[in-house]
Amino acid sequence: MLWLRTLSLGVKSLLLHPLRSLLTVLGIFIGVASVIWLLAISEGISNEAQRQIESLGADTIMIRSVEPPSDKLNAQGVTPYGLKRSEYDMLVKTIPTLKTAVPIREIKRKFTHKNRTVEGRLVGCTPEYAELTRLFIDRGHFISDAENFRRDSVCVLSAEVAASLFPYEDPIGKRVDLPDHKDYYRVIGVLKPRNDSAAIGGSMAAQSFKSDLYIPIQTLQLRIGDTVVRRAGASFSGEMIELNQITLAVKSIHDVKATAALVEDALRSHDSMEDISVAVPLELLEQARTTRLMFMVFMGLVAAISLLVGGIGIMNIMLATVTERTREIGIRRALGAKQKDIVAQFLVEAAVLSVVGGITGILAGVFCKPAIVMTREFVSQTYPETMAALPDVVRNVTPAIVPESIPIAFGISLVVGVVFGLFPAIRAAQMNPIEALRHE
Amino acid sequence: MHACSIRDLKKEYVLKSETVRALRGVSFDVPEGDYVAIMGPSGSGKSTLLNLLGCLDQPSGGELLLGKDNVATMTDDQLAEIRSRRIGFVFQSYNLIQQLTVVENIQVPLYYQGKLGAKERKRCVDLAARVGLQDRLSHRPTQLSGGQQQRVAIARSLVNDPYFILADEATGNLDSKTTAEILSLFNELNAEGRTIIMVTHEDEVAERAKRIIRLRDGLLQSDRLNSPESRQAAAERALALIPDPQDDEEQTPTPIPVEA
Repeated sequence: MLWLRTLSLGVKSLLLHPLRSLLTVLGIFIGVASVIWLLAISEGISNEAQRQIESLGADTIMIRSVEPPSDKLNAQGVTPYGLKRSEYDMLVKTIPTLKTAVPIREIKRKFTHKNRTVEGRLVGCTPEYAELTRLFIDRGHFISDAENFRRDSVCVLSAEVAASLFPYEDPIGKRVDLPDHKDYYRVIGVLKPRNDSAAIGGSMAAQSFKSDLYIPIQTLQLRIGDTVVRRAGASFSGEMIELNQITLAVKSIHDVKATAALVEDALRSHDSMEDISVAVPLELLEQARTTRLMFMVFMGLVAAISLLVGGIGIMNIMLATVTERTREIGIRRALGAKQKDIVAQFLVEAAVLSVVGGITGILAGVFCKPAIVMTREFVSQTYPETMAALPDVVRNVTPAIVPESIPIAFGISLVVGVVFGLFPAIRAAQMNPIEALRHE
Repeated sequence: MHACSIRDLKKEYVLKSETVRALRGVSFDVPEGDYVAIMGPSGSGKSTLLNLLGCLDQPSGGELLLGKDNVATMTDDQLAEIRSRRIGFVFQSYNLIQQLTVVENIQVPLYYQGKLGAKERKRCVDLAARVGLQDRLSHRPTQLSGGQQQRVAIARSLVNDPYFILADEATGNLDSKTTAEILSLFNELNAEGRTIIMVTHEDEVAERAKRIIRLRDGLLQSDRLNSPESRQAAAERALALIPDPQDDEEQTPTPIPVEA
């Protein structure tokens, strides 16, 4: 009851200066809202990164051929580099912890059907590729062992390639031409759309599966071979690679690191050429988790600073209030207010300011997601070019509100109010009542 | 029974290594129902005495009894307790709290006793009516005239049933007509048995009290009773200034609405 009166008195006193109180509340409001927003956005970004890494598979190891530095290449002709088929066989035979292993060859090519053409990636692979890369078949079937073994001229299309080459017809059974090789393949399956996978360090760009056309790797070896020549104007460039990538899946997730070490050891011979790189999504995942934590701590720190600024605002206003109301303090003391009554009175005012800021800040924080989505909609409709120029992270981020951030933000705002209100309140209480009464 | 009893009361201040002896040993008693005016030139120690009587300050020496409470040895919290329970202040500049209404202002001393019931509120409304403000219960101080504000202050001083009303130049800010009204209110209250101690420098005001104590240089200079005749004469002079009650109504300033 007494507290209720103190509270209503505090609110009344604050309403004597509505604009001043509003501005003070604004300080805390911004602080709390920014805690929630920054944490939500960083959580959203790291969720997205984590999802991309997880889509690579936490139980996989990827060994990729990379172009060696130019001083290691022959001046004349084409230098062979990268992974060998023999190495693939060696890994499969010698490493006991493997569940599956997929050899992959990728070539940039043009695909045509009648007068329609798509620039895409020709991927030679084995049947396990679909499962390892989380590709799901929409119609028909993925490459089978038998087709690979028989070196059949069959292909599976990504959803996007199928849509571009066969906008009006069912692609199954139709032919897709590779004009570079005067060659054609029969479509046996179409995949469901799939999101891009994560970039792995500097060695592997984010993979898009949108323009892929999959054929059995044995067929690719037979029909196209290892050497691929590209014509650019009058000059030629070529590459001679047996395999672009070997993806290994390990039986148990606990064996991933040990297996990765084993694989690196087995492929020591590539050290001098620097023409392969080994990527372990599990390590990336762990790294991403650490990064996320650091990111959140950093963001939290930034937000905490803004709350601190808000707190200083409260302290500033309370000090001004105390000076301004010296007379009132004197009257109250003369009429029987104890020091602790005066402390309570001013502390309640500071707490009301910060709690109001806290609650409105939380409300604004909760609207983080719709606000960002709406802003994005608006910008992409009004300035599509600007939007397209922004990095993916900015374009796609979906803020995820960290549930803990709400009580934390509220708690901090309350603590800020009390801590920063305490000093002015104590100063008010310690005034000499006689002097306070005489104050003009 | 004494409302307050003072023995050899001393107060010294230290100002920049210099000791100021504001009160050098003052003794007197105020029996219940008395009406005392304390007078003296500035620097005589009357403000110091007032602060000590009002429990706003602690004496450097001597005894100060309010009723049975020995105030001289109390802590800050205990003094605050005494102020809220047994002392009624009336100040020269009214000292009402701006954000509170008339009734709430009267209630403040009770608030610090933790008494907020309906019974207490009723008492505050009754007191407002007693000082003639029954139509102004939820007005704010800024909406009242000086005289009305001082009436609120008087009602507030009565709310805790004090040992005495301690009035500090209570009429100093008022015109002579309003002064006369307030002083007759004091007279009425005194006639009802209230003890009043009033600090003033105006002889005309002091003449209305039953007794005048004069201070000089921190010592008691004189302590004399006013003859009933001189009190009567002073009261009549004052009464002549008060017009008819009907006129008074008309001249009450209309409340100024507060801008939001």
